Amino acid sequence: MKLGKVIGTVVATEKTPDLEGIKFLIVQLLDKHQQPAGETVVAADGVHMVGPGELVYVVGSREAAQAMPNPFVPVDHAIVGIVDEVSLA
Amino acid sequence: MKIGRVAGTVVSTISAPIFDGRKLLLCDLTTPDGDPTGDYIIAADTIDAGVGDPVLILDEGSSARQIVGETVAPIRALVVGIIDEVDLG
Repeated sequence: MKLGKVIGTVVATEKTPDLEGIKFLIVQLLDKHQQPAGETVVAADGVHMVGPGELVYVVGSREAAQAMPNPFVPVDHAIVGIVDEVSLA
Repeated sequence: MKIGRVAGTVVSTISAPIFDGRKLLLCDLTTPDGDPTGDYIIAADTIDAGVGDPVLILDEGSSARQIVGETVAPIRALVVGIIDEVDLG
């Protein structure tokens, strides 16, 4: 999993039916110091409480869909937690 | 699996249920010699690893789910061992 910051939302009215009801957020992936690093991804909200500006962690690949109520959906990144604190030694 | 070193912890109250009660470790990925590659991964702890420990990191979903005893869960990266020694011959 990687750290990310939610920088926006995506709305798509026309979409494959399996994606109905899933909230999509634009997430800038971050390095461990919470600085932008790498790509921005569209991630499904796997915790149903995520809003713009929040620090989150994101799971990728097949496991992302398993954060959804129906685990057989075409989702490749999902937010699976909101970060309260990162403490580095 | 990957080799890394525990660099810190991530605290999260709101998360997918599979992460409830699990310690999340932010691990620097390293070469076999222990040099940081510059990349990192957030992985759930399974062996009570601590900051500074060199660790073995699993990053594959079905193996991870087998270890945590779930058939469907958005979990992929686990710290599965504390490395005593790497011998490169």
